[in-house]
Amino acid sequence: MIHEGVDNSKRQFLTTALTVVGAVGTGYLAVPFLSQMQPSAKAMAAGAPVEVDISKIEPGQLIRVAWRGKPVWVLSRTPEVINVLENETAKLADPNSHDSNQPEDSNNPLRSIKPEIFVAVGLCTHLGCSPTFRPEIAPNDLGPDWKGGFFCPCHGSGFDLAGRVYRSVPAPTNLDVPPYRYITDTLIIVGEESTEASA
Amino acid sequence: MKNFIYTLLLLLPISTFAAGNVVLKRADVDLEDFTSIQKGAKHYVQYCLGCHSAKYMRYKRIAMDLEIDEDIVLNEIAPEGANIYDPMLTAMNEHDSKKWFGVNPPDLSLISRVRGADWLYTYLKGFYTDKSKPFGSNNTVFKDVGMPNVLWQLQGEQTAVMEQSHGEDVISFLKIEKKGSLSDREFDQFVTELVNFLVYVGEPIQLERQRLGKYVLLYLLMFGVIAYLLKKEYWKNITH
Amino acid sequence: MKNKLTECTDWMLERFPMSKLWNEHMADYYAPKNFNFWYFFGSLALLMLVNQFVTGILLTMNYKPDAKLAFDSVEYIMRDVNWGWLVRYMHSTGASAFFIIIYLHMFRGMMYGSYKKPRELIWIFGMLLFVCLMAEAFMGYLLPWGQMSYWGAQVIISLFSAIPVIGDELSLWIRGDYVISDATLNRFFAFHVIAVPLALLILVFLHIVALHEVGSNNPDGIEIKESKDPWGKPVDGIPFHPYYTVKDIVGVAVFLFFFATVIFYMPEMGGYFLENANFIPADPLLTPEHIEPSWYFTPFYAILRAVPDKFAGVIAMGGSIVVLFLLPWLDRCPVKSIRYRGGIYKKALALFVLSFLVLGYLGTQPATPSLTIVARIFTVIYFAFFLLMPIYTRWEKTKPVPKRVTHEPDAEEQYEALVEAFDEMTIDKPLKTSWGATAFPVSPNKEGIKHVLAGLLKKLKGSLE
Repeated sequence: MIHEGVDNSKRQFLTTALTVVGAVGTGYLAVPFLSQMQPSAKAMAAGAPVEVDISKIEPGQLIRVAWRGKPVWVLSRTPEVINVLENETAKLADPNSHDSNQPEDSNNPLRSIKPEIFVAVGLCTHLGCSPTFRPEIAPNDLGPDWKGGFFCPCHGSGFDLAGRVYRSVPAPTNLDVPPYRYITDTLIIVGEESTEASA
Repeated sequence: MKNFIYTLLLLLPISTFAAGNVVLKRADVDLEDFTSIQKGAKHYVQYCLGCHSAKYMRYKRIAMDLEIDEDIVLNEIAPEGANIYDPMLTAMNEHDSKKWFGVNPPDLSLISRVRGADWLYTYLKGFYTDKSKPFGSNNTVFKDVGMPNVLWQLQGEQTAVMEQSHGEDVISFLKIEKKGSLSDREFDQFVTELVNFLVYVGEPIQLERQRLGKYVLLYLLMFGVIAYLLKKEYWKNITH
Repeated sequence: MKNKLTECTDWMLERFPMSKLWNEHMADYYAPKNFNFWYFFGSLALLMLVNQFVTGILLTMNYKPDAKLAFDSVEYIMRDVNWGWLVRYMHSTGASAFFIIIYLHMFRGMMYGSYKKPRELIWIFGMLLFVCLMAEAFMGYLLPWGQMSYWGAQVIISLFSAIPVIGDELSLWIRGDYVISDATLNRFFAFHVIAVPLALLILVFLHIVALHEVGSNNPDGIEIKESKDPWGKPVDGIPFHPYYTVKDIVGVAVFLFFFATVIFYMPEMGGYFLENANFIPADPLLTPEHIEPSWYFTPFYAILRAVPDKFAGVIAMGGSIVVLFLLPWLDRCPVKSIRYRGGIYKKALALFVLSFLVLGYLGTQPATPSLTIVARIFTVIYFAFFLLMPIYTRWEKTKPVPKRVTHEPDAEEQYEALVEAFDEMTIDKPLKTSWGATAFPVSPNKEGIKHVLAGLLKKLKGSLE
């Protein structure tokens, strides 16, 4: 009674068509559902570029600002520090920052637009702890070879004061340098790429 | 006939509440008219934002939705010193406003969803001189409102002409007593633009929502047809 | 590769009765072949449950159950969260759609006697589901923390204080505060998001297990298990899969079309699905001029208001739901389907539906003296339908019930009759237009309309006998 005159090819065709159309529809429905877990407009507004006044930073001082909720370091480097950074590159894993993240205008050995001001995202590239600022040379706990830099307390990664990672530590790459540009000589904006007109 | 209309009004759902017995004027809202909304935004900042925030609305969103440059929003619409990511907040603090008006002027982000466009339109045009009130004015749709008529310089001074109905004084119509800086038509347009903006702010996504709806319905129609054909194919050899 | 796959499946099947479950509930579950339009609502209710679960989980990710933040977080979802507006409208429209579906589903049961022996337990589980659903909707409605949320909850929770002796303590305990407050919001959130949905899920499971044990009823109200073919299969039954799966997909498509229309073009539904006053943040010092519960509660709310005494009103409202539980035992008629039942039951059911709709309307209106009288009349009718049922169903003049299911023309088969009726009601006058083409403007034919309407009325009268 039921199985007489079944047109299997037509059934097959319609079943496939319905499955495909249904799958496409479900796919389109999944887009809003998944993308609603993306950062919202509010999160993006909170992640807006931040202006940092660098006129008050003492030489050798480091200040922290929040950008997209992450710590961003702005470090004023003294000529002595710059000297060390330029010459002590033997123990670095990636001295030329080939495998690291930085904007084009910071893609240089000192990893900054101006040598004396260093800007970096203060999160270890290993698993995201914030390294401590250890500018002193050869402290007791870090040994005689320490030339000043950042030390991550979580898993012992070390970086120099240009955020370059040392060899044989867990962190794979140098610290990230965020996009930033100079609005004036004493004011930088973190989160905005520099344009041709500025910098 | 009038009584009949009143009865009808009573039967309407709450969307017309607080409208009392006043028949609302129709607001000519057009959300696709971006220039009108943009002008409305400007009016809002100029005349309303002093007291009423629209805190769920960011300036950036206005720029995005109306397809205009962020600089235009900052320079022509937003008050001085506002950031493009800022919500439309008022500069007045709550303590002062409570002292001045007795209540905090409400946030107007959702006012169009509470009252409806027609109500807002009628309300903004419904102020009339009433010396017995602290601000010297009253309103046809919002009796004894605690808000002064901020648009009086544009509209002019309006007075109510009363008539007797069932032994009570009822407002028959409003009359412009002293001309304002805008003509009647210009003022109508001004209010329409403002209402247009408020309707937009009530639900900024609504245009996009209706645009998407077409595709969704079209898709469901297609899906339905295939599903129906498949059902027919399976069911054709079920005998009764 | 293929071998590995079969191995994998075999490994699964040896440990989990997948094919047994599939066969028992889908491929080998025989359903009567004469299901009509009314039988879509069961699967649609399941679809709505899934919709509410999925969109609800997504909303939870951005919603804040805090009196200071709740209202803002809903607007945050509507404006700042990617596609948050869609998810929220799907959830809010879904709630109303769920109730429409459930009410139609219950009405189906009442029409075809699906609550009668041996399906009493299915009805009981279903009623428990309905009560849970009302609790779920009520608590969910507080979460947006608008004026209507707040004052609606205030009124409904105050109902508990009408209970003698323990009332005041009980309502205080439910609120966790002297008024609706942050504490209430937070606990309602907990109930709405996990406790009640869990209960719903378990009850749906029980509802379906019970249904599949005794088998589905059908519009003829006869047991298909009573006539079987030599292989032991019911002659009037067909496997649920594929026949009813493909049919239900059509129902789903049609339903989704309406559902999407509301979501994309009228999410507020004129203030019934999302109320205007609920766009004002909750203000514990100022009651809106007119409060009303969500539309799906209004029939019960109208019954509450119709009774002049506070405690008696609460009892009447509770009673209006309790009587539904008792339906299987109130109805004494041996015939299940309305098709073969006496005219008195048909008329009683029609009156019941009318009273439900009128009470539903009255619940949305301010309680003026004249409307209260109307509400009282229909409250009496509502209860009379149930309480007099043991009497009027005993002497019902039923028609003979067929042994096998009958065939009722479906929409497609009625198409020609529809076209015929349309033709009769209109006149086509060929008209030469100025540019030479022939147009056929359609104008109504008074005589034809009268005739068709008279026919319809006659049919209606006949079906009520």
